Amino acid sequence: MSARLSGPLLGLVGILLFLLIWEAVPRLGIVQERFLPRASTVLGRLVEYLGQQDFWTSVRETMVAWAVGLLISVTAAVVLGLVIGSSEFLRKATRSTIEFLRPIPSVALIPLAVLLYGAKLESSLLLIIYASFWQVLLQVMYGVADVDPVASDTARSYGLGFAARVRYVLWPTVLPYLLTGLRLASAVALILAITAELIIGSPGLGYQIGLNQAGGAVVEMYALIIATGMIGVLINFGVRFMERRVLSWHSSVRGELLA
Amino acid sequence: MSGKKRRKGDSLPARIGFSLGLPVLLIAIWWLSTVVSPSFFVPTPPELVQTFWETWVGPRFHTDLLPSVVRLAIGIVATIVLGVVLGVLIGSNRALRSLTEPIFEFFRAVPPPVLVPLLILIIGINDQMRIVVIVSGAIWPVLLNTVEGVRSVDSVLTDTGRTYGITGFARLRYLVLPAASPRIMTGVRQCLSISLILMVISEMFGSSSGLGFTIVLFQRSFAVPQMWSGIAVLGLIGIALSLIFQFTERRVLGWYLGQREVQRDQ
Repeated sequence: MSARLSGPLLGLVGILLFLLIWEAVPRLGIVQERFLPRASTVLGRLVEYLGQQDFWTSVRETMVAWAVGLLISVTAAVVLGLVIGSSEFLRKATRSTIEFLRPIPSVALIPLAVLLYGAKLESSLLLIIYASFWQVLLQVMYGVADVDPVASDTARSYGLGFAARVRYVLWPTVLPYLLTGLRLASAVALILAITAELIIGSPGLGYQIGLNQAGGAVVEMYALIIATGMIGVLINFGVRFMERRVLSWHSSVRGELLA
Repeated sequence: MSGKKRRKGDSLPARIGFSLGLPVLLIAIWWLSTVVSPSFFVPTPPELVQTFWETWVGPRFHTDLLPSVVRLAIGIVATIVLGVVLGVLIGSNRALRSLTEPIFEFFRAVPPPVLVPLLILIIGINDQMRIVVIVSGAIWPVLLNTVEGVRSVDSVLTDTGRTYGITGFARLRYLVLPAASPRIMTGVRQCLSISLILMVISEMFGSSSGLGFTIVLFQRSFAVPQMWSGIAVLGLIGIALSLIFQFTERRVLGWYLGQREVQRDQ
C-alpha cells in the first residue's frame, strides 16, 4: 500500500524540487535573471495573467482554432477512413498517395497559408487540419482493418443490415483506434495552433509569446510558455478521461481498473 | 497494415496500377485545372518541376538545403541518443521514475515551437540554437517511451536474467534494450516529425539561410513557383525520413513484428 502511495507523492516532491532548483539557479547567479527569471517571479506573473481579460482572450483564440481545426479534420478523417478502410480496392488505390502526403510536414504549408489567408484564423486552421487529419485517418483505417472477420460474418448470417453492421460490428472495433488517433491529433493540433500564431501571427497565445520575445519581456514570455504547457496537460487529461469513459467496456480500460 | 493480410497477392501490373493510378489521376486533374484556368497561386506541373530543378540544384543546395539537413540529422541523432540514455537511467530506477514523471509529462505537453523564441533569447541566433531547439522539443517522446519500455520489461524475463546472473552491460544489451525497443521506436517515430517541424521553424525566425528561411523569403517576394518547390523539398525530406524509419524499424524490430503477426494469426 505504501509503495502505491509513494508514486504520486514522489511526483509532487519532484515538482517541488524542480521549482526549488529553478528558483535557486537565478537567485545564486548561476544563470543571469534576464535569461532565466526566478520561478516565483514567473509564476507570480502567471497568476496575474489569470486575472486579466487580454490573457483569456488570447487563450480563447488559440482554443477556438484548436477546436474548430480538430473538429473539421476528425470529421473528414472518420468519414474518409471508414469509406476507404471498408473497400479493399480503395485501400490499395489510395495507399501510395497517403504514404506520400502524410509525411509532408504541415509547417511546409506556412507560406501557402500566409499567401492565401494572411494572419488570420484560416491560416491556423489550414495547418491544424493538415497535421491532425492524417493521425486520425490512419488510426481509423487500422481500426477498420482490425474488424474480426468472424464477427463480421456472424453479423451477416444473422441478417444484420448495413447500418446495423456499422453500428454493432464496425464502430466498436474502430472506436479505440479512433480515440488513439484523437489523442495524437489533439496534441498535434495544439502544436500547430501555437506555431501558426508564432510564425504567421494569427491571434492567440503564440502571437503574444512572439510579441514578448520581440519586446524582451522575458518574465511574460516564460509565464505564457508555462500557460501553453498547462493547456497541453489539460487537453491530454481531457482526452484520456474521455477515452476511459467512452471505452469503459473495452478490455484495455477494464484491465487497467482491475490492476 | 495491409501486409498482415497477404492473401493471394496481386500481380505486378496490378500493383503498379494501384500505386500509380491515383497519383497520376491527381496530377492530371492539377495539370488540367491549371491549364484551363491559370492561377497566380498554383503553378502547372512542368513549371514546378523546372523551378524545382533551377532552384534547388545549384548554389542553394550548398547554402540552404545541405546545412538544414545536416542540422536536422545532428538534432535527431542527439535526440535519440540522449533520450534513450536518460530513459534507460530513469526507467530502471523506480524512485527516480516517480520523481520525474509529472514534470516530464508537463514538458512533453509544452508545444515545442514556443521553445524557439526562448532559446533565441538564451543562446542567440546560431546553429547551436537550432540544434538545441530540435533536441529540447523532440526528446520527450523518445525519453518517455523509453522509460515506459524499460519499466514494462516482462517480469519473467527479468527474473530469468537475474537467475542466470546476467547483469551490467550484458543485461542492458540483451535484455533491457531489446525488450524496450518497440516502445523506443514508437518514440523515435514521433520525434522525427517534431524534429522536422522544429528545423523549419527555427530557420523561419530571424535567420538568413536554411530551408525555412528560403521558403519564407520566396513567399514574401511572391515567387510562387519557387515557394511551391520549397514545399516540395520539405515534403521530400519528410518522405525520406519516413522511409529511413520504416527500413530501420524492419531491421530493428523484425523479431517483434514477426512475433505479433504470429500471435494475431492464431
